[in-house]
Amino acid sequence: MSVPIILFFVCALLAVAGAVLLILAREPIHSALALVLVMMALAVLYLLLGAPFVAAVQIIVYAGAIMVLFVFVIMLLNAGVEERTDFSKIAKWAGVPLGFFLLLLIAHFLARSSIGTAIATGAGAAAEQASTRELSVQLFRQYLFPFEATSILILIAILGALVLARKDE
Amino acid sequence: MGFITQHPVLVVSLVKIAVLLFIVMTALAYLTWLERKVVAHIQSRIGPYYVGAHGLLQPLADGLKFLFKEDMTPPTSDRLVYLLAPFLALSLALTAIALIPFGPPHVTWLGQPLFVVSNVDIGLLFLFSITSIGVYGVALAGWSSNSKYPLLGGLRSSAQMISYEVSLTISVVGVLLLAGSLSFNDIIEGQRGYWLHFIPRWHVFPQIIGFLCYLTAAIAETNRIPFDLPEAETELVAGFHTEYSSFKFAMFFMAEYANMITVSCLATILFFGGWLSPFPDSWTWQNYLPGAGLLLLAAYCAYDTVANMRGIAQIQFAVVTLLAGGGGLISLYPPAAAVIQGPFWFTTKILLILFFYIWMRGTLPRFRYDQLMSFGWKLLLPVSLANLVITAFVIIWPLLRHG
Amino acid sequence: MSAIPISWYLVLSAVLFGLGVVAFVFKRNVITIFMSIELMLNAVNLAFVAFARARNALDGLVFVFFVIVVAAAEAAVGLAIVIMLAQHRESLNVERVNLLKL
Repeated sequence: MSVPIILFFVCALLAVAGAVLLILAREPIHSALALVLVMMALAVLYLLLGAPFVAAVQIIVYAGAIMVLFVFVIMLLNAGVEERTDFSKIAKWAGVPLGFFLLLLIAHFLARSSIGTAIATGAGAAAEQASTRELSVQLFRQYLFPFEATSILILIAILGALVLARKDE
Repeated sequence: MGFITQHPVLVVSLVKIAVLLFIVMTALAYLTWLERKVVAHIQSRIGPYYVGAHGLLQPLADGLKFLFKEDMTPPTSDRLVYLLAPFLALSLALTAIALIPFGPPHVTWLGQPLFVVSNVDIGLLFLFSITSIGVYGVALAGWSSNSKYPLLGGLRSSAQMISYEVSLTISVVGVLLLAGSLSFNDIIEGQRGYWLHFIPRWHVFPQIIGFLCYLTAAIAETNRIPFDLPEAETELVAGFHTEYSSFKFAMFFMAEYANMITVSCLATILFFGGWLSPFPDSWTWQNYLPGAGLLLLAAYCAYDTVANMRGIAQIQFAVVTLLAGGGGLISLYPPAAAVIQGPFWFTTKILLILFFYIWMRGTLPRFRYDQLMSFGWKLLLPVSLANLVITAFVIIWPLLRHG
Repeated sequence: MSAIPISWYLVLSAVLFGLGVVAFVFKRNVITIFMSIELMLNAVNLAFVAFARARNALDGLVFVFFVIVVAAAEAAVGLAIVIMLAQHRESLNVERVNLLKL
């Protein structure tokens, strides 16, 4: 029972708990906070997988900017309590167990696949951590075109959001 | 004893965390004292002088007041989020201080570096991620108070924080290009040496624009004057912490000062050489500088005790004199002096930057909110970007010239 | 140094993705539906990072970078649309938004 295994289980549990809270929460703000919990747990898992830069980017961009945007919109629109849906009986009594069975099937095949049995060593060995330098070399040499394309995509998104949010005058 | 030698990492880390927490909490308390004194002297008055000699026990009195005030909760708020927000704010602010190196890494105890609690390779990036999450404390506090002034204050404050965070991060990238690494130790080591034999190779000299952008963005990020409209009394009652009382308000208060200390530490590390001394290493007399400074302080305190203080204040100030004198004598002892060098220079530089912060608070009026946002997006961000592009160009220029 | 098999990470990713799909299908508030999309993207990111570790390649990490950027762009535009929707319809319930005319 070493530290990486304990850490993995704690973070996996937190992530699943956050996702379940997202579904069960009655107010959107609680769902947003549950999603932030999921993202933080995933950031720790990325650290365990030896990708510290991705973990930091996940927290700075995803949890620290995108989710803040969600929280802002929820506060501005004063999104109220989620209405109770009336589930059809079939969905509740047949859908959920079938979905669970499908999930088990997928998990079984993933676990048996050839890549699934590859072992990840703990992220302590410095030689195995993906360094920022190598990552940026890949990003700017091999993936230069997607990099520039995503920057244009962000520009388009900014312009789109500005146009949509402008009041009609 | 065996436990200590078998688990050195755990034991040393626990001791470092306990000591650092104690020092940081005391520093927070006395930073409020310093602020009140400096702002008072700027405004031609004295500031706290009644509670303890020279008002030195004022933070203790304030702390007791915060503990004993009535703790009200507004009736229709979201209880969980209402209680979560101040804890989030304070714990994040204190966690950021764990990444900061206060001294050189070669000073060790039981094989672990003594002056930094956690030494990560991408320390700078983790510090920024912690400040990114800090926005939630403010936004959730405004929302859960269920009242319009805190909501407006919280939204404005968090919008201001995320706007200036972009400029903050970009103004620092110029330093990263010069240093070539994200680790704090590498950045500080890259600032050793001298130009023209007497100007230290601190990053503030080539990156002066970056430093000014960083300082402005940092003041906006920590919600200080001139950028503190969201918590100004005349504008929004008290902003996002209107509905908080007693200890929860104290947590927000401490979180604000802890953020101030964190950005000052970051400015010191990135731009002013961290724990490096401005004098060359060959001038060995500088080892006695902390001791000499403390002894001078003790001499002044002794004079003040005898000449000006009466009654219980005299006894209190005599204690302060003895502490300063004792500290000075310990710092003159050569092995101790060699160890204290790094933290001494670091603390001096932080105190100078904090004094600048407090000076600005006492002097400048505040920005209106739309002026603040247009300043952040239309002036500060383009200037930071231009600084980044020019720095990158200057660094690459020799490579371009030689093909 | 103990080892955690990659399959554990993949199973966690599948579980999170499944929970995201459940949230997408069963929730009514349009902002919560958006958040379930973000949850699905996060699950996919975890799978990418796990595969990058399994193959000792950095391509997975670069792709995670792009997924995060695209999620940001999508969140920005999507939330702008949601704001417009809330202003015109006065409700955030997706079952009320069933006419093409705004």
